[in-house]
Amino acid sequence: MRRTQLVVLAIALAFTAACKKKTAPVAPQAAPVKEASTVQLNRPALTATPRIDSFTAEPARVERGQAITLRWATTNAETVTIDQGVGTVTASGNRQLFPTATTTYAIIARHGTLSDTRTVTVEVTAPRPVETAKPPVTQDSAALVRELTSQLQDIYFDYDMSDLRDDSRRAVNTDADLLKRIFAADARVNFVIEGHADERGSAEYNLGLADRRALVARDALVQLGVPSNRLRTISFGEEAPVCRESNEACWQRNRRAHLSQVQ
Amino acid sequence: MKTRSIALMMMTALGLYVGVTHLTAQIIGVIVAGDKSRIAVPDFRGKGAAAPLMNTFNETVWNDLADAGILDMVAKTNYPLDVPQAPTDLKPPTVINGTQVRQGMWLTDWSGPPVSANYLGIGNVDVNGTDLVLRGWLLLPGLADLRTAQAFGNTYFGPTTQDGARKIAHEYAADILKQLGAVSLAGSKIYFVSDRSGNQEIWSMDYDGQNQQRMTSHRSISKMPTVSPDGKMVAYATMANQSWQLRVINTETRRQMTFVNPVTSTIATPEFAPDGKKLWFSMVINESPLQIVAANIDGGDRQRISNARAIELSPRINPKTGKEVLFISGRTGHPQLYKMNIDGSGVEMITTGEGDVANPSWSPDGKKVAFAWTRGYDPGNFNIFIMDVATKDFVQLTRQNGSNENPFWAPDGTHLVYANQRGRNRQIFTMLADGKRVKQLTSDGDNQQPVWTKGTN
Repeated sequence: MRRTQLVVLAIALAFTAACKKKTAPVAPQAAPVKEASTVQLNRPALTATPRIDSFTAEPARVERGQAITLRWATTNAETVTIDQGVGTVTASGNRQLFPTATTTYAIIARHGTLSDTRTVTVEVTAPRPVETAKPPVTQDSAALVRELTSQLQDIYFDYDMSDLRDDSRRAVNTDADLLKRIFAADARVNFVIEGHADERGSAEYNLGLADRRALVARDALVQLGVPSNRLRTISFGEEAPVCRESNEACWQRNRRAHLSQVQ
Repeated sequence: MKTRSIALMMMTALGLYVGVTHLTAQIIGVIVAGDKSRIAVPDFRGKGAAAPLMNTFNETVWNDLADAGILDMVAKTNYPLDVPQAPTDLKPPTVINGTQVRQGMWLTDWSGPPVSANYLGIGNVDVNGTDLVLRGWLLLPGLADLRTAQAFGNTYFGPTTQDGARKIAHEYAADILKQLGAVSLAGSKIYFVSDRSGNQEIWSMDYDGQNQQRMTSHRSISKMPTVSPDGKMVAYATMANQSWQLRVINTETRRQMTFVNPVTSTIATPEFAPDGKKLWFSMVINESPLQIVAANIDGGDRQRISNARAIELSPRINPKTGKEVLFISGRTGHPQLYKMNIDGSGVEMITTGEGDVANPSWSPDGKKVAFAWTRGYDPGNFNIFIMDVATKDFVQLTRQNGSNENPFWAPDGTHLVYANQRGRNRQIFTMLADGKRVKQLTSDGDNQQPVWTKGTN
């Protein structure tokens, strides 16, 4: 309602200005037209910041491959953008997307230097296996998962390196077999691959290095058939050593990728 | 004089200038202070109840002037035996039959050898009722006329206590430093990481280590603080949400500001651009190694700057020009210091490829960089170096005594703050940019990653 009134007013003003221009050729070209309409249209914005009235994702939880719809409405925004590759969008609208993993979408409405931001997260789950229903988790399978988990090995690395050595490839092979059996035994468990570094590099670089180690370990496990949607990585850098002495034996124990179970 | 041929650091009274003479890559230079103005400050005497406070007073004045780093303090053993306590004690020589005849103490006692002082601080302390009263002057003994030789003469008041003696000493020393054009560090702040509460949190303290306060309470791992140029925002990385994220907080209210984090496994090493409008950091993009990215300070308009198949982090933008970026890259297999243009072009390694490099910090004049380097030592044994970014000449400031990391330049361009690790815990120290006047600021828990800001004024 209000918007249409403003538009009508703006058009009216534009016409008035244009008419004036015709009758008074000395007036600066076009500028007064723009000024008149801009001032009228923007007056509400001078007293109000850009606002996101709503930003939703429906449904909030989907299986991979299914569509979600983002819907948004904003007020007083000059530009509205949504991240995760969506880009610039209209002030209000909707968009259908197919997220492949759990994703947080952020919308930013801007007016000059002012902005408003909101986020919404879509949880993406793995598609259910088409075959038979999962076997119920029994006492036996829980014990089996515990037993198999205790056999998982750390994957070790050289100083400043994130390549797999021969001994770490053997550890990856062992872990891949164990993980496949664990995942078969209990459909609810997932694993985090923690990357770690020894104390010697800088804390900042070690964070990057340990992130590489976790990713390299995960890629190797996935290549061996471990489902990637049940593995997540995290870098601890040099912040969580298993050993605190300053010698090579201890540093080697800390330069590792470690598998840790999460529910 | 000092051995000027190998003098690498030259400081003038009006602002420090670190000039690095040409070096062959193999030689680590010895740092020698030269060309600083010389100041003589004889011990002031105190009357009556002021007398027992004079040790504190004289020590405080001396330390404040020495710590400023812009003056060469002439040793007291070279001073004349007769010391003026006020300009009126000085008597100009009279000329009789063409020769100068001494009439008593005179300025030339201080301007001539062995003192050869450019500046002379004199004064006396008395008690008036309950007040401690200092009359302090700064003289230029090289001038012939007593009136023009007097740079200033002021009166200072404080309670007749040890604290009162320190107060008037600080005020007098501050007036001298102001007269000589020194940038005061008073009011400047240091943000740092401490685990003394049980977890790594962001803390703040005054430039001299006073007033240490915890800023965050994530009870997780929070580190790598950086301050906006206006001192009003601190950004840092935290694991508080089970994965690495950046946070931006208001330094006054300590409230969290909007920052939309990208979905990624690791994001770290934030840095505000000199205009305060962009936040630079490094993050994993589609499972890449850490890459350098710039975004608005709310996290919007993310833009990838570096595109390498190696870990790249710690972007640090020239505070003067806003056009050059220093950063750390592992392109050679070991982290080294690199330089690039603000748009990511013109990448160039500026360290030699030896050892591991970390923690670049620009000097406020945008000409030098302080950084940590293991050059010449085993992995993990860092020392603080300073490099002239244009010539790539460098000098080593620390020599072991544990690992020295995280150098950060003070707003005065004269001091550095850094972390030293001997044994289990790191502690935060300050020193002059020539490696002298080392002072410990922290002692409780493990303390690291200090950043120094001029404050919000």
